[in-house]
Amino acid sequence: MVDAVTATDPRDEPPNEPVNDPRTDPRGEPAPPPSLDVSGLAYAYPDGHQALFGVDLTVARGERVALLGPNGAGKTTLVLHLNGILTGGAGSVTVAGLRVDPSDRAALAEVRRRVGIVFQDPDDQLFMPTVREDVAFGPANTGLRGAELAARVHEALALVGMEEYADRPPHHLSFGQRRRVAVATVLAMRPEILVLDEPSSNLDPASRRELAGILRSLDVTVLMVTHDLPYALELCPRSVVLGEGVIAADGPTRDLLCDEALMRAHRLELPFGFDPRSVPPPHA
Amino acid sequence: MGAGHAHRLYRHGHSPVHRLPAHTKIAAVLAFVLTVVATPREATWAFGAYALLLAAVAALSRVPARHLLTRMLIEVPFVALAVLMPFVAEGPYVEVLGMSLSESGLWGAWNVLAKGTLGVAASVLLASTTELREILLGLQRLRMPPLLVQIASFMIRYGDVIADEMRRMRLARVSRGFTARGVRQWGVLAKTAGALFIRTYERGERVHLAMVSRGYTGTVPTADETAATRAQWSFAAALPLAALAVCLMGWWTL
Repeated sequence: MVDAVTATDPRDEPPNEPVNDPRTDPRGEPAPPPSLDVSGLAYAYPDGHQALFGVDLTVARGERVALLGPNGAGKTTLVLHLNGILTGGAGSVTVAGLRVDPSDRAALAEVRRRVGIVFQDPDDQLFMPTVREDVAFGPANTGLRGAELAARVHEALALVGMEEYADRPPHHLSFGQRRRVAVATVLAMRPEILVLDEPSSNLDPASRRELAGILRSLDVTVLMVTHDLPYALELCPRSVVLGEGVIAADGPTRDLLCDEALMRAHRLELPFGFDPRSVPPPHA
Repeated sequence: MGAGHAHRLYRHGHSPVHRLPAHTKIAAVLAFVLTVVATPREATWAFGAYALLLAAVAALSRVPARHLLTRMLIEVPFVALAVLMPFVAEGPYVEVLGMSLSESGLWGAWNVLAKGTLGVAASVLLASTTELREILLGLQRLRMPPLLVQIASFMIRYGDVIADEMRRMRLARVSRGFTARGVRQWGVLAKTAGALFIRTYERGERVHLAMVSRGYTGTVPTADETAATRAQWSFAAALPLAALAVCLMGWWTL
């Protein structure tokens, strides 16, 4: 079994695209801090069940990383730590230089703006009566009002191609459309990093492809939790495997998917007939 | 706002009544209902006058009578209670169609029936000319506690989601040969209701998680800047003011 953690370290390479984003970095510093820096993160639930045993993960700005792992590996627990919903264990989470600290309310609010989590069921994410109000919810919580807020909503809906549905109630949209609006609700906060929980689940192939196009077009760091290995290969140059509460492997997605021993050890399986060697490498 | 996806009570239109800001309409309906309730029941003519006032508003809003009347049927179960009153109330009895009925009971029934019907009619008229979402925004503008507005708005948002879930559970039951024929099957139905409750509760937790992730701290910010002009307020006030005049006349002539 290849130790993928040491085999390749994508952090040594420059980010895939030159990132020059005036929104997130107005000063244009030469070396921006990584979008996400998790170090030594361990967590046990109040009932005693320990889910994370020291997770170390760094995601550079502009990277797209897939987080793979079987059910019960601790993926959701890790995601809920990224914006400070779960806290209290050992270790630290830093988002673009800002440490997640539950005792500092202002910092926590800023962390929640910077980390945009798209949950698996869009019906959980879209809780306002209309698409427009839902997309406005996040930025309004950060204090935006009036024309500025309307412009932000429009911008976010335009990024996912849903502008014309702004006044619809979410339950009148198709599942794929709801997923896209869910992405927009988070983009409206202009996050530093987009965290997607199973973005391709329940999507028909066309919606799945459309969402991939949207995600590829965004100029934002992405961490994608998924079981959909071809989707990970298509979108994310780099993958990490979470197994039993630690990062078990970290490397180029194709290398991990071709490592049969690693895959078997973590209950990861490619769909029938899918050969990661036969598809062109993902491009950022 | 998008038409065609509105609630069953709402009827899309562009009348002066439709165009009034929701909070002025809610305030007008509330004031109207309070005035009606404050009218002495013996002033029977006053209730006819109220009905005429509502008919005038209905005509102005161009909502067809059929639309209003069918939706007013919601009152029927309450009417049943009113019908019982003359039979059970105490006091001097009068002969009506060969039945001995309580006089105070008859007045009580009339009171409930007349005031209730007028209240239902006014509410149906409000709901027919105001979108559900607008009613919530209107309540918010009238300083209803934000938590109550949030609860109501979640009810509207998730009503269909939960009804869908219920439908799927029913399909799953039927697909495995279940039919509810009698009391024996109630256990299954009760368990379904319990499962639905737990699912809904869990969904509530997930929704809350999603809200907190987007910076929710207890209040839902709304970019709502609708304010009513003086003219709109006076237009909306026409109904309750006319009603108030009728009410005072009712007390005067008593």
